[in-house]
Amino acid sequence: MRAFEYASPTTKEQAVALLGEKWGEIEVLAGGTDLLSLMKDDVAQPKRLVDIKEVKELQGIKYAPATGLRLGALVTMQELLENPAIKKEYPALAQAADGITSPQIRNAGTVGGDLCQRPRCWYFRDGMGLLAQDAKGRPLVPEGENRYHAILGNSGPAYFVNPSSLAPALIALGASIRIFGPKGPREVGAGEFFVTPKTNGEREYVLKPNEIVTDILVPPAAGARNATYEVRQREALDWPLAAAAVALKMSGARISSARVVLGHVAPVPWPAPEAEKFLAGKTVSEQVAQDAGASALRGAKALSQNTYKIQLAKVAVKRAILRAAQGRV
Amino acid sequence: MARSRDPDKRPRKGLSRRAFLSRGAGLAIAAPIVTGTGLPAPQGAAADVKILGPGKVPVTLRVNGKTHSLNVEPRVTLLEALRTHLDYTGAKKVCDRATCGACTVIMGGKEVYACSILAVEAQGKDILTVEGLSASGKLHPIQEAFIEHDATQCGFCTPGFVVACKALLDRNPNPTVADIEKGLGGNLCRCGTYVGIRQAVLSAAKTMKGGRTDA
Amino acid sequence: MPDYKWPDATRRALMGKRHSRIDGPDKVSGKAKYTQDRKLPDMLYGRIVRCPYAHAKVVSVDTSAAEKMPGVRAVTVIQGPGKEIHWAGDEIVAIAATDENIARDAARSVKVVYEQLPHFVREEDLSEAGSQIKDPEEKTEGDPDKGFKEADVVSEGVYGLPVITHCTFESHGSLNAWEGDDKLLAYISTQAVSDVGSGYAQPLKIPAANVHILQDHIGGGFGSKFSTDRWDVEAAVLAKKAGKPVRMVLDRDEELKVAGARPSTFARVKVAAKKDGTILAWDSTSWGTGGLTGAGAPPLPYCWRIPYRLKHYAVATNIGPSRAWRAPNHPQACCITMGALEDLAATLKMDPLDLFLKNIEMTAPRANLYKEELLKAAEMIEWKKKWHPRGDTTPGHIKKGLGLSIHTWGGRGHVSENRVTIHADGSVSCELASQDLGTGTRTVIAIVAAETLGLPISAITVKIGDNRYPRSGASGGSTTVGGVSASTRRATVDARDLLFQKVAPALNADAAKLEAVGGRIQVQGDPTKSMTWKQACARLGATPIVATGKCIGGRDELTNQGVGGAQMVEVAVDTETGIVKIEKFVAVQDVGYLISLKTAESQMYGAIIMGISYSLFEEKIMDPTTGRMVNPNMEFYKLAGIGDIGRIQVHMVMNKEQDERGVIGLGEPPVVSPGAAIGNAIANAIGIRVPNLPFTPDRVLAALEKRGGLS
Repeated sequence: MRAFEYASPTTKEQAVALLGEKWGEIEVLAGGTDLLSLMKDDVAQPKRLVDIKEVKELQGIKYAPATGLRLGALVTMQELLENPAIKKEYPALAQAADGITSPQIRNAGTVGGDLCQRPRCWYFRDGMGLLAQDAKGRPLVPEGENRYHAILGNSGPAYFVNPSSLAPALIALGASIRIFGPKGPREVGAGEFFVTPKTNGEREYVLKPNEIVTDILVPPAAGARNATYEVRQREALDWPLAAAAVALKMSGARISSARVVLGHVAPVPWPAPEAEKFLAGKTVSEQVAQDAGASALRGAKALSQNTYKIQLAKVAVKRAILRAAQGRV
Repeated sequence: MARSRDPDKRPRKGLSRRAFLSRGAGLAIAAPIVTGTGLPAPQGAAADVKILGPGKVPVTLRVNGKTHSLNVEPRVTLLEALRTHLDYTGAKKVCDRATCGACTVIMGGKEVYACSILAVEAQGKDILTVEGLSASGKLHPIQEAFIEHDATQCGFCTPGFVVACKALLDRNPNPTVADIEKGLGGNLCRCGTYVGIRQAVLSAAKTMKGGRTDA
Repeated sequence: MPDYKWPDATRRALMGKRHSRIDGPDKVSGKAKYTQDRKLPDMLYGRIVRCPYAHAKVVSVDTSAAEKMPGVRAVTVIQGPGKEIHWAGDEIVAIAATDENIARDAARSVKVVYEQLPHFVREEDLSEAGSQIKDPEEKTEGDPDKGFKEADVVSEGVYGLPVITHCTFESHGSLNAWEGDDKLLAYISTQAVSDVGSGYAQPLKIPAANVHILQDHIGGGFGSKFSTDRWDVEAAVLAKKAGKPVRMVLDRDEELKVAGARPSTFARVKVAAKKDGTILAWDSTSWGTGGLTGAGAPPLPYCWRIPYRLKHYAVATNIGPSRAWRAPNHPQACCITMGALEDLAATLKMDPLDLFLKNIEMTAPRANLYKEELLKAAEMIEWKKKWHPRGDTTPGHIKKGLGLSIHTWGGRGHVSENRVTIHADGSVSCELASQDLGTGTRTVIAIVAAETLGLPISAITVKIGDNRYPRSGASGGSTTVGGVSASTRRATVDARDLLFQKVAPALNADAAKLEAVGGRIQVQGDPTKSMTWKQACARLGATPIVATGKCIGGRDELTNQGVGGAQMVEVAVDTETGIVKIEKFVAVQDVGYLISLKTAESQMYGAIIMGISYSLFEEKIMDPTTGRMVNPNMEFYKLAGIGDIGRIQVHMVMNKEQDERGVIGLGEPPVVSPGAAIGNAIANAIGIRVPNLPFTPDRVLAALEKRGGLS
């Protein structure tokens, strides 16, 4: 880690005033489970860390049936996991947090951090830039070690996958992200929060360098069956190879409308409108779930080593649908 | 002076803008005000926020019930502070990237990876390391159970596992094997002591409910 | 002539039973000090600047910025202009500074210009290796052509194991301090306390006798820590330059890139057999890499004496050097051989257990023992009840299957010398320059000494980890328990007999008629004529008893070699995801005269878990373009966790026959079979062979695809 200065503001106004206008110079520190690793690997070289953990208004979980759920950005994954209302109303979120099979990470890691963590692409982490290019600017991923890389949205220049555990579920549940900056608060849909960068200097989200995530708002589930399914090889802490979150509005045994969002398959969480369309009006069955998985991945295109991820993503969709339909956590 | 990049000449302590101004005796108004790293000093809403570092800053840590004062750069992790600047070498540095669990300590009642927390952040919180479990000289039932079930080989991951088991049993005093496997998913062992660890946690849970004192 | 012979089962109180390891309390409390935990006053922190390219020539090195940095105390150029570098991560510059972070800052400030050269880092496909392939080694035994001519069936397959790393939890490193100009004190993480000092002496041009090595505990070795490394020697050079001790410890990424790797092996195999299952002949072409020097030929066919023809190509790569990895070459040979035989059984539509038993004579000279072990393992896993022909036909996407394997290893005790002292106060110490890798060296020594002296284990003080004690061999090849047991036994028998002589007059008995049992010295079988151990020792006055005992290695009769074992596993494969889970793993192992049952069982569990880990997860992944390892961290260099191992049951063969063999080491043999057994179980579950380890979802799904689509 390079030397840096450290500030611990107590209000979001202070926090934002401590940030700068350029990416990289100043970073926001919350749980630290990603940022400090990036700094040790010399991928992040901030001169200042703004530790937002003392900004008390960024904490807290609030749920009311009429208004839905509000998660402060500093809510830890463990707090989310242990919250009974979330377990009951938004199992998709609880299941996503449960997939982080390290209590140490869940105790430190925050929901804001989950959204803002950087990609795990090993070229990026090895200092080859977000777009993973060699010294001459040629992409390393398409002919390189791409077993964990994108199968959707992967026509370049970005090939990494979005690492967020919660994002697919949040998007499927219609959540929005509240952001605070020098000009005050703003709100974006969870789906619009993530973007695919075109250059190495950009970020994978719409935050400006001097903005922070303050809250996540999830509308009432209103009985929508929701679930997350992650395909992970190990029981020990392990990144999903593919994941899917679904939210199914039911009318009796039939699905009236569905949201299906894939994770770990593209540079952004990847909504699957074809699958959503397919599911509308259907009764859930193994076959329907499987066909929905197939339609969700219709546009997928494998790189040299990751054909298998297409199958895994299909299975994730299928199992998320079946899990949602069962209504079990 | 404020622009200096020579680490030995950096301000020793963080300066608030106000303090800086008063020290600058008013003359600094014309010059751009920067911090030790060359960044603009905080203004507006953040004018009163203290900037610590990049040089050494005083840090107070409460470890196993004892208060320690040290002087370290903000970039020093809790793990480095414990191991290098203090003498708590029980927590080990293995992956140093929040993956393997060898550096596990309990902070504010929760198990965390000490490698991925800054020492400055850990101030004001109770930190329990493996040394704190047997501070009285008597081993904790979890430690006894680790010995009995040979849940240690080379021993390098063991302190992290012992502390993670403590946190697990604090949360769930009567875990099933499945709970244990899930609850210890954040710790790894290379020698393969998992069979012993599973047994040790089960038997420690029994002992501890049997009324023996806990740390 | 003193009677050193191991006591039989009726005459031992401690050996062969379960005892807790004596250094357990230190390890569970954080008190155990490892090299990385050592500090000395004014100690400096060392860092190495490493080459980022897989193949390059150093053009220039500029360390001026580092040298000017406050806190930097010494800088040395290890490989300067003109040097050709053959792997990413090789050492270029060494730096020592007053603080670890300053050392890192300084390392970043060093400017090295390289001329990049072409590299080669992927050897899995031999057809792409071109000029990197070295001349083949060829070997034939028996008449394989005759076998292939007479065969009813020829089974063919491909099998492979990639390069993996040791990933010891305590990374390599040392703390080096000079005492005067030509005396070095080194705390070093090593598997060879007695011998590692010479690795300093030669390059530093000091007498080997002047190198003092200390190590209380080592955080894993697995074959990667036998000698000094360049970073250790450079740390000593820095220490001399700076006039301060220097601690040099590798980061995890350095550890995984340069400090230990197991060579890969890939093979195309043909096996010929009669319809009735009689195995006739073997033909294989294998290749692999261990870095620049390629990889040696694995001992194929493994455990089975089949007439064979072998061809092996070593492939030179720029992946970095390899080191001995727990049972060198055996896991590779085992996986290839047992995989090929299981494929043969499937071709013959035979139960592989039946195939193994039918041909068991080919495993001579241990055929009877293997048979016994296979049958025991089969009983433990309910083989006959659970086994099905290839391809689980149970509906659903979870397919279960059984796999088996056998293995062998040497394990004779190494040369060892133990100095035992019995003090007048009754305390007993054993001193030998050995090391405890977690295998239980200390505990084994204490058990043998306590047994011989009729004392409780806690009465023995074991002092190891200092090369000023009598020499004991390196811990490699599963030689330690045999070596230290034998030397301890002889030393303690001699010491005890000296004590008998001292106290015999007081007991009015012949010294040869005395025995030491239950904390007393007594006339054999007559507790009425006795005194306590303390009373006996009090008679020593000012002169303690000192006795040394040796294990001579080679033909030492207290130790032996040549163990066997059988392992079986049941796996559950999710055919939709290709994820393999271990359901149950059983292992039966013979190990001669067993000293410490609890730590022996731990070796078994540990080896099996390590085996599960390399079978399912581990791979040193190299990027073809950059030539760099892309997963030098524990996030993507994946190890099995506590939830990934299933249920494991071990059974040690313990009987009179084993007792009579003498002590044999156990560290390596049980790590040999898991890859083979798991690979076979997967084939049995899903109906097709997954050729290469690790059995990750991509590989399993690719095999299923080849079989004709997913279920």
